[in-house]
Amino acid sequence: MEFAALTDHIKAKLGEDFLEGIDEQCSPKAIVVRPENLPELMDFLHADHQCYFDSLSCITGLDNGVEKGTMEVIYQLYSIPYNHHLTVKVSLGRAEPVIDSVTSVWKAADWHEREAFDLLGIHFNNHPDLRRILLPADWEGHPLRKDYQHQEYYRGIKVEY
Amino acid sequence: MANEVQYIFNRQNLNKSEPQKYREEDLRKEEMVINIGPQHPSTHGVLRLEVIASGEEVVEVVPHLGYLHRCFEKHAENLPFNQTLPFVDRMDYLAAMNSEHAFAMGVERMMGIEDKIPKRVEYIRVVVAELNRLASHFVALGSYGMDIGAVTAFFWMVRDREHILRLLEWASGARMLYNYIWVGGLFYDLPVGFEERCKEFVAYLKPKLKEFEQVVMENKIFVDRTANVGVLPLDLAINYGITGPMLRGSGLKYDLRRADGYSVYPELDFEVPVGKGEVGQPGDCWDRTWVRVRECYESIRIIEQSLERLTGDLKRTRDFDPREMVPKKIRPKAQDLYVRAENPKGETGFFFRADGRSDIPFRCKARGASFTNLSIINELAKGSLIADLIAIFGSIDIVLGEVDR
Repeated sequence: MEFAALTDHIKAKLGEDFLEGIDEQCSPKAIVVRPENLPELMDFLHADHQCYFDSLSCITGLDNGVEKGTMEVIYQLYSIPYNHHLTVKVSLGRAEPVIDSVTSVWKAADWHEREAFDLLGIHFNNHPDLRRILLPADWEGHPLRKDYQHQEYYRGIKVEY
Repeated sequence: MANEVQYIFNRQNLNKSEPQKYREEDLRKEEMVINIGPQHPSTHGVLRLEVIASGEEVVEVVPHLGYLHRCFEKHAENLPFNQTLPFVDRMDYLAAMNSEHAFAMGVERMMGIEDKIPKRVEYIRVVVAELNRLASHFVALGSYGMDIGAVTAFFWMVRDREHILRLLEWASGARMLYNYIWVGGLFYDLPVGFEERCKEFVAYLKPKLKEFEQVVMENKIFVDRTANVGVLPLDLAINYGITGPMLRGSGLKYDLRRADGYSVYPELDFEVPVGKGEVGQPGDCWDRTWVRVRECYESIRIIEQSLERLTGDLKRTRDFDPREMVPKKIRPKAQDLYVRAENPKGETGFFFRADGRSDIPFRCKARGASFTNLSIINELAKGSLIADLIAIFGSIDIVLGEVDR
């Protein structure tokens, strides 16, 4: 399905103002959705017979910096039988980045969400096992935030190299 | 700093920094925790598996990652695109060419020069990438044999991999971490005589692969250890985002070289092998290994066809400059882009956000194939024996550099 047909299909099924916007500059083209609508949208994209996005390739967490005050979560979806791509973008407040987990739809989300939690401090509701994945459990801060300052010592080992 | 003690051991530290998910008091009476790794040969690097075992049976596997974490993404946010390429090598260090190819392709797509890359450059990229795919599969096959007790195969595979590493060293100057494929071109043209030597090597390799099949794939002990073990159903594999030989082992004919048709792969003739469950069920450990062996044959076919072109109509000429299209300044327009390519281990993807104002990406996220493939280990190993856990783990074929990034 082409991108325009896909957005029309989503609007027809879920309501005209369900999507916050579209981003055609992004490759693959993206739809922007409000965080509260994300679980419903993802359920729909996965289950609907014309969309059938059966594979979640990647989840990217992203910090836009202190000035903008937002964070983003970006989902890369792909439908193996139909061979179509879609990017789903969600914007979150930087002060308290919380979003619902999509692990109930795609198991692939499990570790990708843990990584976003670990490196950016985005909290995922209803995640089965939200622990740090790459860094030690007692590491301070989230390194991929734009205002991250690493700690001076970690257990008596100098962090700066 | 010379004689200073840098780390003072304290039993408490173990609980704080890398805690077990399960504590002894949470377990049932007959269960126990067994740690496999991080320094264990069958974890293929530095990975720790916290195994909850009930006697010989695996109840749950909790992987603990991060021992090789080098903050690739943070580095990428501080370096221009072309200087990030050597870091990409160090992700999947067994198949650096393939990752480089994906990364370069993504940046070229953002710059809008993807279609302007000379054909000869693209064919050289395919040749080195497929050679590297062979090398990566050789390590996978050889060390898998080693994991379950077939030592001969490992030596044979490493012997043949050595030829490939020498060829690639000849071309790029490095054995494993090449920095050969540049954004917009290549570091250098192939050395004179490379095509001929490569042809000789490929001719030498085919009977060796046959030999490997006979000594390992048809071996009764090997079949007994791997057939019907760790069966991965197709729907579960797709839901977990599994890609590469693992997904094809479960019976889906899905290869990004065909599905996306990037680079010059549409012009080349090759098959996509899938697991059929010849000795067990589709999607068992034997099938995954068998898919890797078949892929080696297909890579050889691709190399042969590419060399045909490289010595034929795309022959080297005096004025051919592989750096002709290399941009002086890599500053893409403001945009988001996700690019993916078929690595030996599966789908390797990069997500870029360029802000249009600098040569440095605002965000660069790497999606490692091994990272996603490893996440299924608990699902596969649950309920099997500890010995089978090693067989299952080996058949996933991960590289820790890509898992931890």
